[in-house]
Amino acid sequence: MFEYINIFCTLLKRDLVIAIRDKTDFINSLTFFVIIIFLFPLTYGTDSELIMKFTPGMIWISALLATCLSLEGVFRSDFEDGTIEQLTLSRYPLTLISSAKIMAHWIIYSAPLIVISLFMSLILSLPTNVIMVLFITLLLGTPILSLIGSIMVVLTVGLRGSMLLSLLILPLSMPILIFSILAINNAAINQSTSAEIYFLGGMLVLAITLAPIATAAALRVRMS
Amino acid sequence: MYRWIQQFGSPKYFYDISLVVSKWIGVICLICFIAGLYGGLVIAPPDYQQGDSYRIIYIHVPASWMSLFVYMILAISGAITLIWRIKIADFVARSSAIIGASFTFLALATGAIWGKPMWGTYWVWDARLTSELILLFLYLGYIALQSSFEDRRVGARAGAILALIGVINIPIIHYSVEWWSTLHQGPTISKLDAPSIHYSMLIPLLLMAIAYKTFYIYTLLINIRSEIIESEYNATWVKKMIGD
Repeated sequence: MFEYINIFCTLLKRDLVIAIRDKTDFINSLTFFVIIIFLFPLTYGTDSELIMKFTPGMIWISALLATCLSLEGVFRSDFEDGTIEQLTLSRYPLTLISSAKIMAHWIIYSAPLIVISLFMSLILSLPTNVIMVLFITLLLGTPILSLIGSIMVVLTVGLRGSMLLSLLILPLSMPILIFSILAINNAAINQSTSAEIYFLGGMLVLAITLAPIATAAALRVRMS
Repeated sequence: MYRWIQQFGSPKYFYDISLVVSKWIGVICLICFIAGLYGGLVIAPPDYQQGDSYRIIYIHVPASWMSLFVYMILAISGAITLIWRIKIADFVARSSAIIGASFTFLALATGAIWGKPMWGTYWVWDARLTSELILLFLYLGYIALQSSFEDRRVGARAGAILALIGVINIPIIHYSVEWWSTLHQGPTISKLDAPSIHYSMLIPLLLMAIAYKTFYIYTLLINIRSEIIESEYNATWVKKMIGD
């Protein structure tokens, strides 16, 4: 048991160290996220009421796109230099290895993105309760994106680039988007948001339970 | 049981059986299709509210039934591919994906054509429409993923994983979309909630449903046969058959 925790931490630490040493991917992803958010107001004008209404949604869309593009970062180089192959040959369960990878992705790419989006929503002067709910939905929703996305990235890495990956992730991510936006809209008109947040939590639990298994199966397919 | 599956899964056996079966299936399809269309377009009375434009349901409703049914087949044969690695299951999945995507597209297109005179617009953000659209994207994703592998067997298993994830997600997508659109739009028009349908309209619909299902099996078998010939090209029985 301790051995497993140990190997999990080692793998996680390795990915984090790599990310800290080579910050380009991580900074590019954040910059992309911020640019997209500032591009949206250019398309529908500077009417503050409209901005108020659409900002949470566009933060979510930007987070989704940024996640789609950043997912390859954690897996691609490991696929290319054979690290993943060595890991699958090791005696540790593949679910453990893939969980560590997924968690590394969330910490490196999504966690900073959540912090940045808090600042962005402050700058765009959203009401406090909306920011609160946005924060909670991002906190619950982005791990689901990482989990679903990691299955897809393992299936597609090295094939046709991120276009195919986005094609696979985007339809599956729709429920997350819907429930997050529902919760945020309810918060904006001061109604209860617990139902949607519970549902997001439920989806997160489901994804945590099943996605590492599916990722492991996908790894086995790709390595065969 | 397992041995039977193995035998059934052997390409040559399947090829011979499917030649016989598809002949009969084709006949049933043709009869049901003609009878269903005649019953639906000529015999059935016009609807008291929608007039004659309701008749598109004879194309539309069976197509949307099939779109979900074929996805289920896709997922089941995907599971069989993953667990037992039976070649035929891969062929079924591969061919079903394209046929299923066509059914889904047909359902969406006929729905839009019907929506224009009825709702005054081609597209509304109704829960059913949206989840049908997502289903189309799932099909397209499956086809895109599977066709980007060089090695067919790896592609089959990768696609199988994707199809299974899709199956877990379909109910979630469906209910989330339903919740979203009902909260936003209030009650939407949903034509199956109308008072129960008269049998002179129902019987052609059922005939069309049978015609669609047999058409699916018929095209599936044709596709599978060509897949078998393609992948078993070097087997003696294929060479013998082509040589004849």
